[in-house]
Amino acid sequence: MATVDDISGLRGILTRTHVIAVVGLSANWYRPSYFAAKYMQEHGYRIVPVNPNYTDVLGETCYPDVASIPGKVDMVDCFRKSDEMPALAREAVAKGAKVLWMQLGIRNDEAAKIAADAGLDVVQNRCMKIEHARIMGGLNWAGVNTGVISARRPVANR
Amino acid sequence: MADRKFGFDTLCLHAGQIPDAATGARAQPIYQTTSFVFDSADHAASLFNLQTFGNVYSRISNPTVAALEERVAALEGGRAALAAATGMAAQMVALLTLARHGDHIVSARTLYGGTYSQFAVTFAQFGIDATFVDADDPAAFRAALKPNTKLVYAETIGNPQLNVCDIDALAEVAHGAGIPLVIDSTLASPYLCRPFEHGADIVVHSATKYLGGHGTTMGGIVVESGKFPWDNGNFPQMTEPSRGYHGVRFYETFGDFGFTMKARMETMRTLGATLSPLSAFLLLQGIETLHVRMPRHCESALAVARHLAAHPAVEWVNYPLLAGNRYETLARKYLPRGAGGILTFGVKGGAKAGEKFIESVQFLSHLANVGDAKTLVIHPASTTHRQLSDDEQRAAGVTPEMIRLSIGLETLDDIVWDIDQALAQSQK
Repeated sequence: MATVDDISGLRGILTRTHVIAVVGLSANWYRPSYFAAKYMQEHGYRIVPVNPNYTDVLGETCYPDVASIPGKVDMVDCFRKSDEMPALAREAVAKGAKVLWMQLGIRNDEAAKIAADAGLDVVQNRCMKIEHARIMGGLNWAGVNTGVISARRPVANR
Repeated sequence: MADRKFGFDTLCLHAGQIPDAATGARAQPIYQTTSFVFDSADHAASLFNLQTFGNVYSRISNPTVAALEERVAALEGGRAALAAATGMAAQMVALLTLARHGDHIVSARTLYGGTYSQFAVTFAQFGIDATFVDADDPAAFRAALKPNTKLVYAETIGNPQLNVCDIDALAEVAHGAGIPLVIDSTLASPYLCRPFEHGADIVVHSATKYLGGHGTTMGGIVVESGKFPWDNGNFPQMTEPSRGYHGVRFYETFGDFGFTMKARMETMRTLGATLSPLSAFLLLQGIETLHVRMPRHCESALAVARHLAAHPAVEWVNYPLLAGNRYETLARKYLPRGAGGILTFGVKGGAKAGEKFIESVQFLSHLANVGDAKTLVIHPASTTHRQLSDDEQRAAGVTPEMIRLSIGLETLDDIVWDIDQALAQSQK
């Protein structure tokens, strides 16, 4: 387990993950966290909002912190400042999550080490929505260089 | 398993185009449709909010056009691309995403004539001021910078002077001021030079030339490297809530393809200089042989340049990789695989001999384009620059005896034969 940054590694994470705790999820529709969570929800993932300011977001109960979430969590996805990451990494480890995902613009090697040492996969400075669309299909809509070269017919994905 | 880094030739054929999910079609389908249906009101809202990636209207995005965009982004080693109706439209969209009324740009003085007019005349009407400087002198670019300068602009290979620009040095100048370097790499194509590897931040192409390669189709494209720090304080339009797209912050939301998204969702969406799906298909077909065509263009152009250099009816020859050329050192650095298919030469006898040469060629095509599979020829003094006086022509780099050749893919001996017989006529 370590930092994951290649297509096959990211594809594996996005395939194995079902429940995503989104820490710092905003209820404002034009914020990146809302964009990303709504997109992932539409693609079949269960979103668990984590934000002390709300009671529910995107039709799901919102919890003040990761520890308060009642069920299991596969991924802790972080929309918080980089210096808050070590504490979030410890919360993710304590919760038994399998992936710590730090969003675009967020990088903290200390947090990455805490999570990786506990056996979690770690993604830094990437957006889960952009990576899902890039790898599972959809981002080619936007003229983005996905890096995908294949002669296999893709499974229709929406 | 680590991701494979595929070769340039493979990317020419595959990048951006996996088999069609709906039909399994191996060739790129032409999605000749203006619009795309919504599944529900919520799906429509998500698309308009950019929360779901997908097509709404072909002015904004289209699957066939997107295949072209991704392919060129891959060939340039960039993050994302946006296609446009023409090369002029591509650079317009790129620059109007970066600069607005009251802003300033610094550009090489040696430019394609249409680009010069776009900056000096049309952008001036928009309130964007341009300073043109000596393309060979990075210090002149630095000296022309102002607090409101938003970009530095140059061509990899200048048209028609065929000057090779020092991209590394210009990138240093631009980055020193916290602004991007925009490079028009039309005459090089990504096969010969990838400006991002030398620090450029945005590359524009007239795809009409070598990318399409067959003189059939107009098109342009803007590519972003994904490496420019748009949050450095000089580009509030990238970091502040967008008025043009209901409050989205493009850099925060889309990260390293935020520039392309802003160019697409604001500039292109409202100015409308969109590439058609059929044109995108034709340009894709051209790109599938870019890596096969470019070496031949370069080999034949160098052979013709050497032939002309030894010809008694020729005063001078200009081709960047010709021994002793003023730009030979820069060309060896930036264009190691060849300097493209364009060359200029001076026929003995001035403008009259030049016109006679043009009238005497048999299969070389007399027209105002470059980068066709066929060999093209033009006498700028009697055509594109006819309205100017001799002095004005010289200032524009056009001399009375100058002939411009765009060497095609015909049998080299035949190209040389046609040039030789026309040169003989020109001296009568």
